[in-house]
Amino acid sequence: MAERSVIPFGPQHPVLPEPLHLDLIIEDERVVEAIPQVGFVHRGLEKLVEKKDFQQFVLVAERICGICSFGHSLGYCETVEALMGIEVPRRAEFLRVIWHELSRIHSHLLWLGLLADAFGFENLFMQCWRLRERVLDIFEATTGGRVILTACKVGGVEQDIENSELAAIVEDLNGMRAEYDELLRVFLKDRSVKSRLVGVGHLTKQQAREFACVGPFARASGIEEDMRLFGFGAYDALADFQPIVSSDGDGYARCEVRAREVLASIDLIAELVEKIPDGPFDQKVKGAPAKGSYAVSRLEQPRGECFYFARGNGTKFLERFRIRTPTSQNIAGMVHTLQGCELADVPLNVLTIDPCISCTER
Amino acid sequence: MSSFGLAKMSLRNLFRKPATKGYPAVPAVFTERSKGTVRNDMDTCILCGICQKRCPTNAIVVDKPGGTWTVNDFDCIQCLSCVRSCPKKSLTMDPQYAAPAGEMSAVTLCKTNEDAQE
Ligand code: SF4
Ligand code: SF4
Repeated sequence: MAERSVIPFGPQHPVLPEPLHLDLIIEDERVVEAIPQVGFVHRGLEKLVEKKDFQQFVLVAERICGICSFGHSLGYCETVEALMGIEVPRRAEFLRVIWHELSRIHSHLLWLGLLADAFGFENLFMQCWRLRERVLDIFEATTGGRVILTACKVGGVEQDIENSELAAIVEDLNGMRAEYDELLRVFLKDRSVKSRLVGVGHLTKQQAREFACVGPFARASGIEEDMRLFGFGAYDALADFQPIVSSDGDGYARCEVRAREVLASIDLIAELVEKIPDGPFDQKVKGAPAKGSYAVSRLEQPRGECFYFARGNGTKFLERFRIRTPTSQNIAGMVHTLQGCELADVPLNVLTIDPCISCTER
Repeated sequence: MSSFGLAKMSLRNLFRKPATKGYPAVPAVFTERSKGTVRNDMDTCILCGICQKRCPTNAIVVDKPGGTWTVNDFDCIQCLSCVRSCPKKSLTMDPQYAAPAGEMSAVTLCKTNEDAQE
């Protein structure tokens, strides 16, 4: 039997902008076991609900993560609205979903770029990020922020997007699509991409279920699960929403699912813009969450299902707010895919779950 | 399977304008909604202190007896809570962000003398 040794991976590693530590137990070049460790950037944001009132906390929720910032503010607002029984104007629901889908596009483009960077395809990395920049420009034009949007609030959204602006966004996205198609062809057809991804980090459907994986990671293993199917917010207005699923369960499938989701999101935005009703975009919120009331909500973030829980105590401060983030769900599956893989494939494998440590540690 | 899938795009990029801008030689383009610094029109401000109460980061200090309104741009997170809550609509969001500085300092505006003292 070959001798075993332990190689530390992270918390500082070129492939990860965020601190995740793995103890890799290896035999020759093969990983036998990986022991994950998180907790390097815990900020205690959930506890802050005791210091910031339920309306101000939107700003904190938004800062949980820089990539799904809008998603977290949306998830928080939906939970508090359920808690207080607030009905959100229909137009606001549409606008929220449009921003949320734009976030998905920019998050996936970011990830595709990072993936290209991880297997050394620098040109592809730059092209992905160049396209992503256009989504950020849309954010800046519609909300004034590029990363932290401050667009969502309890009871609606902070500002409207004019119908003419919405049409311009769709046009812009359609312009992006032509360029994106070229990148998509590279991701799905190129020899060098395939040679690094096909068969890497395989996870079967059964295993994905057992490890309770979520999001594109689970969908790449054939699990047809997408919170958007539940039709929260404006998703119920979609005529025919089908999650993107692949059954291969390897790194290439995860890349394919995310790459195709970008196109799906562009279509989805175009459909919503066509159907968006006129009307008010926010609603006055009075009172405070009742004592003992609690609510949960589930949201499909770019990285997967995110679960929110809130409990009120009769004051304008919540008693408890809790988030279960997609990455914390997916770490178990990721650790499993690492077992038996080559040491050189570890960074790529870790990246294929699109880890977001700042969400995980909030 | 194919190779050189990006060749066409790369060639095109050779003849295209760069995707980046030559900041600071080329000035940054702000949109109508860009967020930079909060400024106050002291003629209309009544020093009611609502903005101070609403600010989540305590960046604003209103001194009613002294007749001054102070904002610390380095604490401000551009959330617009103050701008939206001002009853006199005297606050505006200037798209130009705060200039880099060696030291954090607040901008104080006076009711009587409008000159900014930094
Ligand atoms: S809320 Fe408006 S009027 Fe009141 S102190 Fe602030 S800037 Fe002045
Ligand atoms: S924009 Fe927000 S953080 Fe900045 S001064 Fe106004 S309330 Fe405070």
